Amino acid sequence: MLHIYCPHCREHREEEEFHVKGQAHIARPLDPESCTDKEWGEYLFFRKNPRGIHHEIWYHSTGCRKFFNVTRDTVSYEIKEVYKIGEQPQVVAKG
Amino acid sequence: MQRYSGFGLFKHSLSYHENWQRAWRNPTPKKKYDVIIVGGGGHGLATAYYLAKEHGITNVAVIEKGYLGGGNTARNTTIVRSNYLWDEAAHLYEHAMKLWEGLSQDLNYNVMFSQRGVLNLGHTLQDMRDIQRRVNANRLNGIDGEVLDTKGVQEIVPHMDCSANRRYPVLGASWQPRAGVARHDAVAWGFARGADSYGVDLIQQCEVVDMVIEDGAIVGVKTNSHGVIKADRVGCVTAGNSGVMAKMAGFELPLESHPLQALVSEPIKPILDTVVMSNHVHGYVSQSDKGDLVIGAGIDGYNGYGQRGSYPTIEHTVQAIVELFPIFSRVRMNRQWGGIVDTCPDACPIISATPVENLFFNCGWGTGGFKATPGSGNVFAATLAKGEAHPLAKPFSMFRFHNGALIDEHGAAGVAH
Repeated sequence: MLHIYCPHCREHREEEEFHVKGQAHIARPLDPESCTDKEWGEYLFFRKNPRGIHHEIWYHSTGCRKFFNVTRDTVSYEIKEVYKIGEQPQVVAKG
Repeated sequence: MQRYSGFGLFKHSLSYHENWQRAWRNPTPKKKYDVIIVGGGGHGLATAYYLAKEHGITNVAVIEKGYLGGGNTARNTTIVRSNYLWDEAAHLYEHAMKLWEGLSQDLNYNVMFSQRGVLNLGHTLQDMRDIQRRVNANRLNGIDGEVLDTKGVQEIVPHMDCSANRRYPVLGASWQPRAGVARHDAVAWGFARGADSYGVDLIQQCEVVDMVIEDGAIVGVKTNSHGVIKADRVGCVTAGNSGVMAKMAGFELPLESHPLQALVSEPIKPILDTVVMSNHVHGYVSQSDKGDLVIGAGIDGYNGYGQRGSYPTIEHTVQAIVELFPIFSRVRMNRQWGGIVDTCPDACPIISATPVENLFFNCGWGTGGFKATPGSGNVFAATLAKGEAHPLAKPFSMFRFHNGALIDEHGAAGVAH
C-alpha cells in the first residue's frame, strides 16, 4: 500500500483514496490543426514508460478531489517527491 | 529428439526414469544468426518454433535474460478464449484457438489444454446488450458462442449465487464452449523443446543491453554475457520490458507497463469445472487440476516494473469473487504474485515493423497475451520470415496510433482477461 502525501490536504493518506491519472507534464499542442498525424498521435497515445524515475499526475479522488504531481520510482515504487500542478520536479532521471 | 509416448514412459520406468534426455540443449551462442528473438517467454519460443517449422529458418537464437517462460508465461491465469468483438482481434485470437486445439499433438508435449468453456457474466441490462452484440459478432466470424440467461448460467455453475436479490444479480452470460485453460509452463516448455529439436539455440541468463544499429538498420544485439551477437533480423518479444527495448533502438512505443496480480487458494475438492469471468464486478476464477482456485482481476492503476502489486487491488479482486461465490468466502489464499503487462491504449497488441529496418516488435498484449501464445508466435514468425506483416498481423501495426486505425477492444474485452 502506498502512503501518499497530498500537498493540498498536507497529510499522508492511503493509496485507496487516490487515483493515478498517468504521465505528468504533457503539453497540448498550441495549434492542433497544424499538427501532422504523427505529432497528434504521439500527443494522444505515446507515453513515457520508464523503468525508474517517473513523473505522474495523481488525483485525491475520495479526499479533497484536487490534482497534484508525484515523482515515483517505477521499480521500487518509492515516492521521491510530491509537488503541485504547475511546479517543476526537483528529482529527475539521470541521462 | 526422443518422442514422448506411453510406450516411452513404460520403457523409461524400467530404468527408474533416470535416462530421460534433456528437453533442450544449453548452447554457447554463435557469432551470427539469421534471426534473433529477444525474450524467451511463450510468445518468443512459439515464434522460434514456427520460424523453424513453417519457414525452414533454423539459424535462430532466442535470448532470454532470466530463464525460459519465467515472466508473464509463468504468472498468468491460463485462460484461453477467442470471443473478441472486432473482426481484426477475433481473427487473430481464433487463429490462436485453432492452433491450441492441435497443439499437444503438434508439439508432442501435453500442454493440458482443457476446453471447459468460459462464461462472461452480465449483471446489468447494458451488459446483456453488449454480450448479445459480441456473441452475434463472434458467430458471424465463425467463433462459437451462446447467450445464456440466469437459469442457463446456474445450470453450468450450480455453486454460484445467481439469486435475484444480490447487489449485482447475474442476468446472464456469454458462453464459449471451445474456450478453456491450458498448463502455462508446459506451453513454454513444449515450444522450447520443439524449437530446440529444429536446431534453434535457446540462450538463457543472457541480457540484451543494447541494440547495434547501422544506417537505420539493426545488425545485431549487445549482450551482457556474450558480447555482440549479429543477426539479419531481430524480433523483440519482451512484454513489460518492450518500452525499455524500444528506447535502446531509439523510438517510443504507445505502451504503459502495469503490474497485474493473480492469486491461488489452497487446493480444494473439485467444485468449478469451467471458467467464470465478470467485467462488471471485475474478477475471474477457475479451478486448476491440482484443485486450487486461480483468481485474477485488473491491473494496478500506476505504472510499475516491480512484479508485485498493491493490496487494495487484491482486496477488490477477492470481494468480486466472494460476491459471485459466497461459498468461497472462507477458502484461504495460498500465494499471490504480480506480472508486468504492457498495455496499449486500445487494448490490442502490436505486431509490427518499426522505424528501425529489420527490427520487429511483438508486444502490447496487455492483460490477455497467454491465450494468443501459439497464434502470436505463428503470425510473428511469418512476419520475421518474410520481412513484412502477416495478413492477420497487418491491422496491429504500431503506426495505427498515427493514422487512427485503432482496434478498440477496451470496451469489449479489455477489462477482465
